[in-house]
Amino acid sequence: MDFALSEEQMLLAKTLERYLEEECPITRVRELVAERAGHDGGTWKDLSELGVAGILVPEEHGGSGLTLLDSAATAESLARGVAPVPFLGSAVMAPIALAAAGSREQQARWLPLLATGDCRVGVAATELVSTRDGAGVEERSGCLHGTALMVIDGPGADHFLVPLAGGERLAWVDAQAPGLSTTRLKTIDRTRGFAELELDGVKVEEWLGEGGAARDATRRMLTAGRAVLAADLLGACARAIELAVAYAGQREQFGRVIASFQAVKHLCAEMVAELEPARSLVWYAAYAFDAVPADAEKMACHAKAHLSEIGPFIVRTAIEVHGGVGFTDEQNLHYWFKRVGVDRQLLGHPDSLREEAARLQGWVD
Amino acid sequence: MDLSYGSEYESFREGVRRFIAENKASAPRAGIGVASGRAGGDLIGWQAKLIEHGYAARNIPREYGGYGAEPDILKRVILDEELNAAGVSRGIGGQGPEMLVPTLLEHGSESQKRDWIGPTIRGEVVWCQGYSEPGAGSDLANVQTRAVEDGDDFLITGQKIWTTTAHLAQMMFGLFRTEPGASKHGGLSYMLVPMDTPGIEVRPLATMTGESEFNEVFFNEARVPQSNVVGERGEGWKIANTTLRHERTMLAASAQLESALLALLALMKEEQSNGVRAIDSPLLRDRLLRLQSRVLALKYHDLRMLTARIRGESPGTAALVTKLAGCEVSHQIAALGIDVMGELGVLYEGSPRERNGGRWQALHMFSLGLIIGGGTAQIQKNIISERGLGMPREPVAQFQLQEQR
Ligand SMILES: Cc1cc2nc3c(=O)[nH]c(=O)nc-3n(C[C@H](O)[C@H](O)[C@H](O)COP(=O)(O)OP(=O)(O)OC[C@H]3O[C@@H](n4cnc5c(N)ncnc54)[C@H](O)[C@@H]3O)c2cc1C
Repeated sequence: MDFALSEEQMLLAKTLERYLEEECPITRVRELVAERAGHDGGTWKDLSELGVAGILVPEEHGGSGLTLLDSAATAESLARGVAPVPFLGSAVMAPIALAAAGSREQQARWLPLLATGDCRVGVAATELVSTRDGAGVEERSGCLHGTALMVIDGPGADHFLVPLAGGERLAWVDAQAPGLSTTRLKTIDRTRGFAELELDGVKVEEWLGEGGAARDATRRMLTAGRAVLAADLLGACARAIELAVAYAGQREQFGRVIASFQAVKHLCAEMVAELEPARSLVWYAAYAFDAVPADAEKMACHAKAHLSEIGPFIVRTAIEVHGGVGFTDEQNLHYWFKRVGVDRQLLGHPDSLREEAARLQGWVD
Repeated sequence: MDLSYGSEYESFREGVRRFIAENKASAPRAGIGVASGRAGGDLIGWQAKLIEHGYAARNIPREYGGYGAEPDILKRVILDEELNAAGVSRGIGGQGPEMLVPTLLEHGSESQKRDWIGPTIRGEVVWCQGYSEPGAGSDLANVQTRAVEDGDDFLITGQKIWTTTAHLAQMMFGLFRTEPGASKHGGLSYMLVPMDTPGIEVRPLATMTGESEFNEVFFNEARVPQSNVVGERGEGWKIANTTLRHERTMLAASAQLESALLALLALMKEEQSNGVRAIDSPLLRDRLLRLQSRVLALKYHDLRMLTARIRGESPGTAALVTKLAGCEVSHQIAALGIDVMGELGVLYEGSPRERNGGRWQALHMFSLGLIIGGGTAQIQKNIISERGLGMPREPVAQFQLQEQR
């Protein structure tokens, strides 16, 4: 009986952090994302070899068959390093949807490719949460029509997961299918890719489950995505605090390091005082996904909402501790600021997540 | 991470539920976290039942009057959840059971443990904490109250202040200067002092809540045996810090926050404005949900800290933040309770139309006291940044006093 990450989970996080520090440090991230071209310089391939892509894929399909808590620990490490890789779509949401709703044949065909990182999946989940600008996809005589906005990990994807009718149906679409066009969207965060899909009579390669199965798979995928985004926020914030504390220990003004100014110390204390209890919340939300199903959706909503509230406070405070240099491109802090900014909006912003948590508890009709 | 409920836990939960169902009629209701004083007969009886079943003093060894179970985080969660859900008291807490008892278990002599732990957890002996003095607040090590050796005894002279429940307590645990030549931190001893000792005078201080939760305590050659020192002479600072650590855990206990949040939810389902229940107001509901996020975070944070403690690991910075975070949430829960009642939220002192016995106002004020007591929010931030993050101490400002002159 315990509430802590396992030795293996801590080792996994350490391994990833070491890999990223050595092979994809922030200087390298900057080069890779400069052109917004979606090149990751082989980072995703390397990470896949370390097991990152297949973390949730069942062992029989070539993955590690681990839990969402392992994914959360991974997401934290990736966010610390602002790794420019398609983790959320290809390694979290897609395998969960396939495992939950895919037929035996579909699983046998696609899960092994997900596990090796050879199949990259864009997830068109925005419309599950809110529809804007007339977007939305529908099926007419077996083909898909419409627009999907903010498709997660869309650029570079070879397949797309497209929920229809609020998740009643789940379509698996080949990115090369005729009638499908993809436009890369530019967000503040260059480390992750988003695309808009235009579907004009696109043939569905596979339907994943029908009726109840598709609906459940969509919910699970959404819940997992939220918990993992909360972990991403956690990692980004943890790194921002470390950078602020380290900088404060070096920078001198008035003849002493600024870390000795109480105003600065208290800012740092406030950041960790927000972050540490939130870390416990994220762990539980991720753990609940596999172990306490009755709690999973509510906890994912709370974790993602709460981290999205404290995240912006932490990253802006970390920048303030740096003074003017914190505002520069060169100092890199904005990478974590922007990562947090994007995480906050994805798969439901905090207000809507709290409302969903209230509904799940029967506090709203 | 393993919180899996095996059948052992199912039956534990069943047992707790059965116990509550059988005893609910006589069980005292849960408070929402305002100061505890001397326990009444019903609470003492309830506490005895809780201990007998292992639902209070659960991990305290049997030889000292506890239940003697191994620490188990899940059973603790189950207990808190079930007692909170039933709205019944979780038993006697406060400075004796939650601060002194763990300190004695760590540092007390065998006879101190035998003499004091049992009566304290049963609620027979009420304790007060004699740390603060007029000149020693945040700078606690500046304690000046002297304990001068006299044969086998000490003679204590000086003054304590802000001493919660001193007017009700039979005993005080406190910090006294026993080693006049020693350093500021090295000259203190931690002592157990009977409040009926001749030479001790207690003067209640009225507080903003309208009650007198705390007091001034004056000592004039009050005679206390040397055997009442806990640990070694001169070790008082270290031992006082053990107690403070437990105080900070107690002040931020997430079970208390959950209980207050449940009370708030009940209030919001009941209170109406313009015919709309508070829970149906999107704005008020959002505030409730924000607080629920924080309470849940602190709940699981408690489990994480408890796990570290059971394993004998040091959770580092993570453990230092709970008091700062928890007391703030408590204050905000109370503030929402008041807002939910609108203008009627200000009713107090048993006014006609007062809701819930004015306890939301009382909690709002009392929790502000908790933000200050046990080390102020600012001192917590110093501790987090210095001990947790390794940031340097503020250099001493020598020039200020001179400039003022
Ligand atoms: C409700 C309540 C119950 C209490 N119960 C007890 C009790 O039972 N037993 C007991 O011994 N004491 C008790 N106390 C006393 C409490 O521990 C002290 O009030 C507290 O430690 C602050 O000390 P002080 O009042 O002297 O304030 P000061 O130390 O004078 O502080 C005044 C202000 O200065 C700030 N400050 C001081 N030093 C620093 C610094 N180094 N850095 C930044 N800011 C600083 C403080 O944060 C505060 O804002 C209680 C207090 C309250 C409010």
